[in-house]
Amino acid sequence: MTPMTEEQTNLTIDNPKMSARDVKVFYGEKQAIKGVSIDVGMDHVTAFIGPSGCGKSTFLRTLNRMNDTVASARVEGEITLDGENIYAPSMDVVQLRARVGMVFQKPNPFPKSIYENIAYGPRIHGLAASKADMDVIVEKSLRRAGLWDEVKDRLHDSGTALSGGQQQRLCIGRAIAVEPEVILMDEPCSALDPIATAKIEELIHELRGRYAIVIVTHNMQQAARVSQRTAFFHLGDLVEYGVTSDIFTNPRQERTKDYITGRYG
Amino acid sequence: MSTRNPTDWKSEAMRKRIAGRYAAERRFKFAGLFAVLLSASFLAFLLITMMGNGLRGFTRTEIALKVDFPASPLLLDPKAITDEALANANLPMVTGTVAKEALGEKADALLSPTAWISIRDAIKADPTILSRTATISVPASTGLDLAAKSKGSPEMEAEVARLKQQGVLSTGLNLGFLTASDGTDPTQVGVWGAFKGSLLTMLVTLILSFPVGVATALYLEEYARKNWWTDIIEVSINNLAAVPSIIFGLLGLSIFLNLAHLPRSAALVGGMTLALMTMPVIVIAGRNAIKAVPPSIRDAALGIGASPVQVVFQHVLPLALPGILTGTIIGMARALGETAPLLMIGMRAFIATPPGGITDPATVLPVQIFLWSDEVSKGFVEKTSAAIIVLLVFLLAMNGLAIYLRNKFETRW
Repeated sequence: MTPMTEEQTNLTIDNPKMSARDVKVFYGEKQAIKGVSIDVGMDHVTAFIGPSGCGKSTFLRTLNRMNDTVASARVEGEITLDGENIYAPSMDVVQLRARVGMVFQKPNPFPKSIYENIAYGPRIHGLAASKADMDVIVEKSLRRAGLWDEVKDRLHDSGTALSGGQQQRLCIGRAIAVEPEVILMDEPCSALDPIATAKIEELIHELRGRYAIVIVTHNMQQAARVSQRTAFFHLGDLVEYGVTSDIFTNPRQERTKDYITGRYG
Repeated sequence: MSTRNPTDWKSEAMRKRIAGRYAAERRFKFAGLFAVLLSASFLAFLLITMMGNGLRGFTRTEIALKVDFPASPLLLDPKAITDEALANANLPMVTGTVAKEALGEKADALLSPTAWISIRDAIKADPTILSRTATISVPASTGLDLAAKSKGSPEMEAEVARLKQQGVLSTGLNLGFLTASDGTDPTQVGVWGAFKGSLLTMLVTLILSFPVGVATALYLEEYARKNWWTDIIEVSINNLAAVPSIIFGLLGLSIFLNLAHLPRSAALVGGMTLALMTMPVIVIAGRNAIKAVPPSIRDAALGIGASPVQVVFQHVLPLALPGILTGTIIGMARALGETAPLLMIGMRAFIATPPGGITDPATVLPVQIFLWSDEVSKGFVEKTSAAIIVLLVFLLAMNGLAIYLRNKFETRW
């Protein structure tokens, strides 16, 4: 374990779900993440904020190894899920991604029916024994995603025919259908209007506690509204990590303060 | 710093610029319209000439031959009409005699050598005509056929005029053109042999090139690392798609015939040779279709824990399928029209029986067209055009299928 610098105070929490230690990410020669250590807990929503290109999305994608799909990406350091190194050869990446679900910036439902969108994950992981089981999973997931009442009469319509906000909630429903432990959200509201955004934020509140949620956002008000802990990234560094209210009212670092007060970003 | 004068949007120079801009737009529009009209007129010219010449190939001139069966030298028992009895009745000779009575001394030159087949079929269909005088339509000879349809020799033109006056000349549909195979007499030839040869060849081509092409495209796009080695493969495939087809013919000749000793002029070897040619087209179309699948779909599937194979077969391939199918059918259509490589592997032989299987000697439609266009006999001109029409209809059907499949499998976003 690397020694804690003064900058990274407050980064450990009791009983972390996931923890990263000295994680460095390279794209070819370029270093995108410069040694980040952080803990993510089960009981709260963690927000990653920072200006564009600061590496917050890159870091998020290391948490479920989505960076594996980028040929030039290389990850150093250690990331654990329940104490198990997710980059260890014994870790099955397919299972990891079922346990650490992801919601993307642009709503990306499959061009299939609403039902099939939700049922796909449980089907490939063999979570439903029968059609009736699957119906239960689909309804439960859509209810948790706050979408059931809007779509229950048209489950077999195409998922791509829904509005942007509904599509994003469908994607959240699709992620929780496989019963993940952690949900990573990569700027889930950046393509949505304020009303749809409010619905997603409400949903994040409801999902809190059941799943460890990590949300990347460039909207600081959103981070303040939905998260209990906030990490501020800048130029590949984790500048500050702490309780959200502290970060926003009483930042310890000059850079954090400048960003929050809108001096750059 | 000097202050900028406010722009005068109404000045003379400005007005000129606007006029020039509009003029340029109009010129561009007219140039485009002209190009469209030019290509449309070429197409119309092609179709009209083809139809004008070719449709005649589907018809034949017939002579209504009056046959007085009781008076004829035909010895047949109306109650015992069997194939054997008909074969022994010497119908060609009888037909010749009857025709001389009805049409005069030159009857041999007027009737097709196979006119007796029509009489045989008429007897078979209704044996009772043997006890009376019947009028049977029999095909005319090539010379008479030509003279009746367009331009023939002076004697034949005279015969046509004479027969027309008698009112025995008519034009009938030549179904034989679709059911017969190659021959020496243009009134008797048909495209069925070549059509069947084309079908079998295309089948071999499809079975070989589609799976290999799609698998190659999938591997290169989804699995292969981007390095020096895959760059070379990519360049080679692109070049392969541009290699002149005759070279594939030489390759097929030296490998499939000389090295592997596969049967000469067979649909199997033809199909294999064309598969070599079609595969790069399928690979290129397939890769483009796979590339066009939005990365967000791969992310979505990977993000809920689909394995790479599941992502490929359950998401990428179904979404890329319309593009792959379109590319495949375009490649197949090109292969269908290909002549040169098939000449190299001996498919230009004269083959009068339709192939029974992929190892039988066969010919294909474009080669048949090539062979007929080389014939001396004038009767083959319209047959050549008619065969071209059959080939074009085949091609149109394949393109129609491509459009249908693309619409059927296309995903609406």
